[in-house]
Amino acid sequence: MSGLSRSDVEHVAHLARLGLAPDEIERLQGELNHILEQYAALARLETDAIPPTAQTIELENILRDDVVRPSLSQADALANAVATEGPFIVVPAIIGGS
Amino acid sequence: MAGAGQGADLTSLTAHDMGIGLRAGRFSSRELVSAHLDVAERQNQALNAWLAIDWEGALAQAYAADARLAAARADGSGRPRAVGHHPLLGVPVALKDLISVRGGPTTAGSRILEGYLAPYDAHITERLRDAGAVILGKTNMDEFAMGSSTEHSAYGPTANPWALDRVPGGSSGGSAAAVAASHAPLALGTDTGGSIRQPAALCGIVGMKPTYGRVSRYGIVAFASSLDQVGPFARDVRDAAMLLHAVAGRDERDATSAPVAVPDGLLALPDDDAAATILRGKRIALPREYFVAGMETGVEARVREAVAALESAGARVEEVSLPHTEYGLATYYIVAPAEASANLARYDGIRYGRHVAADPPDVLANYLRTRGEGFGREVKRRIMLGTYALSAGYYDAYYLKAQKVRTLIKGDFDAVWSAGFDAIVAPTSPSVAWPFGAKLSDPVAMYLSDACTLPVNMAGLPGLSIPCGLSDGLPVGLQFIGGPWQELELLRLARGYEAITATADWRGARPTSFAAADDSAVPSPAERVRR
Repeated sequence: MSGLSRSDVEHVAHLARLGLAPDEIERLQGELNHILEQYAALARLETDAIPPTAQTIELENILRDDVVRPSLSQADALANAVATEGPFIVVPAIIGGS
Repeated sequence: MAGAGQGADLTSLTAHDMGIGLRAGRFSSRELVSAHLDVAERQNQALNAWLAIDWEGALAQAYAADARLAAARADGSGRPRAVGHHPLLGVPVALKDLISVRGGPTTAGSRILEGYLAPYDAHITERLRDAGAVILGKTNMDEFAMGSSTEHSAYGPTANPWALDRVPGGSSGGSAAAVAASHAPLALGTDTGGSIRQPAALCGIVGMKPTYGRVSRYGIVAFASSLDQVGPFARDVRDAAMLLHAVAGRDERDATSAPVAVPDGLLALPDDDAAATILRGKRIALPREYFVAGMETGVEARVREAVAALESAGARVEEVSLPHTEYGLATYYIVAPAEASANLARYDGIRYGRHVAADPPDVLANYLRTRGEGFGREVKRRIMLGTYALSAGYYDAYYLKAQKVRTLIKGDFDAVWSAGFDAIVAPTSPSVAWPFGAKLSDPVAMYLSDACTLPVNMAGLPGLSIPCGLSDGLPVGLQFIGGPWQELELLRLARGYEAITATADWRGARPTSFAAADDSAVPSPAERVRR
């Protein structure tokens, strides 16, 4: 696998919604490529017939009764929001501008 | 004796002796808690172990505990282990600052959670309240638990009580330093790749990562959800077991917390005479791959001596191979960042946490600025790694591949259990505590410090670190690794090791920097780094 270019780094930063300064992008390009080189070791392993492990405790489908129970109050749920109006969180307009 | 002397005596007790003293009425929880808060506050300039010390809340909890203790004494049940009372009643505990305590700050060591007040208690916070333990405050950590030195905290590094110019390990470095420095007898941390065991080793205390699913993660700030696990720090094995007993068990709000009974034997670990016989006939595996290249000779020597001590106490130690160990690091640094990049997507600056508005404000631009300014260097690095490993075209090559190798790593351990071993013994960390800054400029060097701990998380197993001596005056940790749900067996083995080394000269060693830490003119860790 070839290394990450500067525009690759910019693309990934955009996917991750990280606003990065030009010097951060440059530094990350070097660091990420150094780390990706370590990943290359995995390619040596033959894993076609190996199933993936996503979790280790082998529990399945733990369900609970679907009943209404007390939860966070609206006031608690809104308490940490930057801007609220009544029972709503205020955000910039997404459609139609201003 | 004067108040200060009394305080020093109280903070040097083990948690189980504190419990006995409280139930006997020899001192009150208020006295005990005040003594700890005094030391914590006095030494925090030097150590920066605490992000928040909650005098008011802790004293209120202490008064409540004293009332419960008095009621128990009045009805004649106030003897040790009174019916209906957990032995932690009235005993102080420190919490890593990613454990939610309702109405209090929970920063996870990050600027992006500055000012956030948790709207609810974590499950383990509720469990501690039920037991009557007293929460002293919140301890420093690497931002979002990403790091091995606590230097990645947005609130400055924590110093190691054994040497103020060195790191305490991480990510739960504040919890480890607080317990090592007797600011608290007990602390909780989280361990995703070694974040309890490694700082426990570097600070000379006991730390345990339980089996994945043993402790509920409800109310814990998430890093890597298939790896994160809460566990105890303590100055001895019995105390660690007692704290694990208080917080372990099924919680409906974390679907991965397992319906597995928590053994009461955790509260009944034997005294030294009985414990010394525990090791007789035990089969213990010694994985040759854990003596990695670059391991410090002093660390290897202490671990080999510990192995010899286990053998002389009657354990049968046999060398084994865990052949996929060398792939652990790469596998971990794909799986953990991938899960982190998904978990940290929630920090949008809208519902809670730091918000930085772009000019002009715009949904996307606000996200970019909030996250770009709110997250620190290591967190951004991991989000980038994880996002890349999960991105279109690379998923199979990285994330799926890593999950398959994870199967192989787990298989290595399964083979050891199938062969009838009771536990694995290994080094916890390849090195002792290192000077501030020594590994900051090379992420891979920092990541390598977890080479002996992170395979255990990949396999979901319980692991424990216990002090096994000093190298150049700094603590070395011995790691015990067990099969799933074998926490009690592991703690019993560690208790056995503790008992057979109870009279070793290094056992009596204490952190040497205490006098310096008490000096209010001493530089903070951050100032020390800048020099």
